[in-house]
Parts: sequence; structure tokens; C-alpha cells
Amino acid sequence: MFAFTMRRLAVAIPTILLLIVISFILMFAAPGGPFNAERPLPPAVLANIEAKYGLDQPYWKQITDYIYNIVVHFDFGPSFKYRDRSVSDIIAQGFPVTLKYGFWAFVVAVISGVSLGIAAAVKHNSWLDYLAVGISIGAQSLPNFVMAPLLVIVFTLWLGWLPGGGWNGGQWQYVVLPVIALSTSYMASIARITRSSMLEVLNAGYIRTARAKGLPTSRIIFRHALKPALLPVLSYIGPAFVLMITGSVLVDVYFSTGGIGYYFVNAAFNRDYSVMMGITILMGVLTILFNLIVDLLYAWIDPKIRY
Amino acid sequence: MLATGCNTADDILNAAHRSEVKGRSLWRDAMGRFARNRAAVISLFVLGLILIFAFFGQFLSSHDPAFVDFMLRGNIKELGGPSIENGHYFGLEKEGRDLYQRTVQGIRVSIMIGVIGSLVSVVVGTLYGAIAGYFGGRVDSIMMRIVDILMAIPFMFVIILLLVIFGRSVFMLFVGIGLISWLNMARIARGQTLTIKNKEFVEAAIASGVKPFTIIVRHIVPNLAGVVIVYATLLIPELIIIESFISFLGLGIQEPMTSLGALINDGASQLNRGTPWMIAFPLFFFLATLYAFFFVGDGLRDALDPKDR
Repeated sequence: MFAFTMRRLAVAIPTILLLIVISFILMFAAPGGPFNAERPLPPAVLANIEAKYGLDQPYWKQITDYIYNIVVHFDFGPSFKYRDRSVSDIIAQGFPVTLKYGFWAFVVAVISGVSLGIAAAVKHNSWLDYLAVGISIGAQSLPNFVMAPLLVIVFTLWLGWLPGGGWNGGQWQYVVLPVIALSTSYMASIARITRSSMLEVLNAGYIRTARAKGLPTSRIIFRHALKPALLPVLSYIGPAFVLMITGSVLVDVYFSTGGIGYYFVNAAFNRDYSVMMGITILMGVLTILFNLIVDLLYAWIDPKIRY
Repeated sequence: MLATGCNTADDILNAAHRSEVKGRSLWRDAMGRFARNRAAVISLFVLGLILIFAFFGQFLSSHDPAFVDFMLRGNIKELGGPSIENGHYFGLEKEGRDLYQRTVQGIRVSIMIGVIGSLVSVVVGTLYGAIAGYFGGRVDSIMMRIVDILMAIPFMFVIILLLVIFGRSVFMLFVGIGLISWLNMARIARGQTLTIKNKEFVEAAIASGVKPFTIIVRHIVPNLAGVVIVYATLLIPELIIIESFISFLGLGIQEPMTSLGALINDGASQLNRGTPWMIAFPLFFFLATLYAFFFVGDGLRDALDPKDR
């Protein structure tokens, strides 16, 4: 276990460093610095400003300073566009929003996906099964940028039940559509995995024994079949959780929730490189960290897994 | 009853006789399995129609994709709907251009990006994976560790970073998509190579003094073909989704070029103006293309992937 943790860390840390270096190189390769305005600044003034932001230092010094500040102070440097806000401020503002609906989307996807999958497996080859399979095939390849406009057409324009965007401090009406848009495809995958692994378990010998003993069906399903059937699901929902937290750029943009993706795309339009870099690195670190935690959890939950 | 029994016995004899005359190759077998999969065959047919439409559809309309119809532009909601009479079969898009021509162009661009990205992954990924798998040992672990590291990078963000820094062009989009697309292929190719390299024919090649690189290209890569074709087909819709996603955010393909994602975005932004056709047509073709590719890929997997046999 310890060796495994060390081995995973040995991959994770270079990955993070590589990510930082790649983004840094990209930023220096970019044509035009952040202070190239339409009216060029006098060279002396430009030199002063660059000195203030540390841009007159050699590249290796800038990189090591940048990494040092992130690790020690959680400081991603100043934004190149907003004078009064640093990258860390922007992250602190956007990240809780993303985290909030990302978390709810995760909960919704897991609960609805697992129940759909169980229902489909228990009523194998019934209309319920076909419906569940149909839904999951349909929803799985439906990208969320198609899902989001469809939701707005139905719930905002036709039915007028829910607002089609905004956040409003996270009131529930504003959270519902982002959560649905984000969770659908994951829900579909979870349902499919649950169904197939549940079917496998239900055909196992010990389930037949339980039936022969005359146990009620609900008890068989929830006490005996569910636990082993959920292991493959577990190995899917770990990475899915990370993807949901990081992959919500579209939801942020389409529903204007003010989450982290919204700032990222905004920065992309404004060429605000430091914000883009900060968010890219944060997302990369989160992805790597969560994957590490998830891997360790499996090794702990399922002792059969050997690395 | 008896008659049918005789028939079957005859059939078996016949079949045995025929199989003596000419053996059924792996590919014939696979083709037979594919042909029996109704969803896959229908999807292949649909895909063919979409491809013909994407590459020849522009000749059916006399409008230019970049031409703005100022006669109708002022009142797109009332006058810009789909109509046969004025030749705007799909109506106008938000700037007053012909949506039919734009959709044809969008399908073409999206499919091309998917196919080219997938080809890159086939060439790079297969070779990379085959080399790593064939040499094994330290070479293998270093090469696959590099793949692991690259896979952990949040690529959607890096592609957007690339596009912003080097300017939004189709070329940069190819570079960005090419960077990620080969990673999975490399893993799959490596896994297959590990089993192939212990087969007798590879041993025979080694024994007769063939150089390692020649063995990889001449003996290993052709045997990867089945698996590679399956995953290359399944990769195309994924890449189309990635490209469309970036274009949907407004960061991908630039005007006057367009792609399905950009068109869906345009349509979605006009949703509350009462012009549903603007999103309906691109969305329809987008989903049709995606599902067609998915089902064809699934059918190919059932037909070719030796794991499920």
C-alpha cells in the first residue's frame, strides 16, 4: 500500500510540474505581452511595469517563483486584465459555485443512475429494461452542450418553470438546470454499468441459494446483490466526480452561473493568460489529486485489487 | 420434421464441402457478423447519406454560404424560415446567410476534423503503442509513463489555451486534438502487441533475422488492424464532440468557416427570438452523425474485437 502510494505520487508530482512548465512555455510563446496596448508605452514605463510583475527576470527564475508562490502562498499571481483582482481571488469566487452544482449533479447522477440500473436489471427484458437502456444510450452520447439548450427550450421557454440562467446566490431554482445538464450523461453511464454488473450478480449461485431459502426479493436485492454489484460502479464514479467538477465549463458559460469555467472562457476571450494558466493548473492538480485519492480508496475497499 | 432434419444434415455437408474449397478469412467472418447487426448496417447507410450530403449537398442550392440575404435579413423571424420557394431550404441563420449551405459546410468541417484527428491517432498511437509493447521492459515503462502523464493533463483547458495563444485556426485545432487523440490508441495498441509478440510468426521472423522495426511495421501493425479500426471509428464521434464543444464556446472554428458546434451555438443563442429552425437543423445532423458513427463503431467492435468471441 505504501509502495503503491509512493509510486502514484512519483507520477503525480512530475505531471503537475510538467503541466505548469507547458503552460508557462505556451505563455511565453504567445505573440505580444500583456502590456502591449494599441498605443505603445514609453520604454521606461514598460520596464517599470515589467519589473513590478517580475517579467524582467530570467525565465527559469520566473517559473520557480511562480511555483513557489503557488505551493507556499496559494498565489497564482495577478490577473493581467483586472487590476483589483488576483487570479486567486477569481478562483475563490468561482470555484465554490462550480463545486456546489457539481456536487449536486454528482449526487443526482449516482442516485438516479444506480436506481435506474437496478430496476432495469431486476425487471430484465421488460419494458422498463428497454426504456432504461434506451434512455442511457440516448443520453450517453448526447453532449451537454446539446442538453443545455434543450433544457432551456423545455423548462424555460415552453413551461416557464425555471430560469434559463444566472445564479442568484445559489437559490435552488437556479441550480436545477445546471445540475440536470451536467448529470445526464453520467447518470446514463452509471445506469448502464449498474445494470450489467447487477445482471451478472443476479445470475450468481449464492443469489439462487437465497431465493431457494425463500427470502423476499427486496431483501435479496438490497442485502445480497447490491454490494458486489456496486464495485464496478464505484470504479467509474471516482473519475466521474473529478470530471464533473472540472468539466463543467459549458454549464458555467451557458447558464452564466459565474463558476470557474465562466471565468476561464472569459479570460480566453480577453487573452488574460495568467487567469487561464491559474485555472488550468488548478484543474490539473485537482484531477491528479482526486485520481490518486480514488485509486487509494479502491485499494482500501477491495483488497483483491493488486497494484 | 424428418425432411428438415435431412436438409440440415445436407446443409452441414455442403458447408463442410464448401469450406474445404475455400476457407473463410478473418475479415470475411467479420463482415458477415457486421452484416447481421441491423443497427450497424442501417447506421452505415445513414452515414453514407450524410457523407454524400456533406460533400455534394452544396450543389443543390444556388445560394453562396457567405452571402447575406438583405431582402430577408430585417425580418428573419417572419420571412427567414425554411422554404422551398426562395431556395433557403433550411431558412436563414442569424446573420441572414443561407442555413442550408452553412449546415452542409458545418457537417463537412466537423467530419473532416473528426476523421483527420482519428487518422493522426491511428498513425502515431499505433506505432507508439506497438514499439512500446514490442520492446517491453524499460522502454515500455518509460513510454507508457509518458502516456500516463499526458493523460492526466486537463486537455480541454490546454487546447483552449493553445487556441487563444496561437490564434484560432483550423490548423491549431488539429494540433490540439492531435495531441490528445493518440493516447488511448497507444494504450490499446500496446496491449494487443503484448499478446501478438509471443506468437510463432513473430518468433519465426526474429529467428530469420528480421530487424525489429521491420517486424513491428510488417508483422505486428497489420495484426493490430482490427482493434485499431474499431477504436478509430469510435474516436471520430468523440473528436467531433470535442471540436463542437470548443466551437460552441466560440473558441473554435472562426468565421466565415463554420462547424456543427458553432451552428448549434448560434441557434441556441437565438432560442428566445422564435427561430427554432436555426438550432433544429444543425442539431439534427449533429446527432445523426454522432449516432451513426457510434453504432457503426459498436458494430465493428462486435465484428472485429477478438475479446468478445
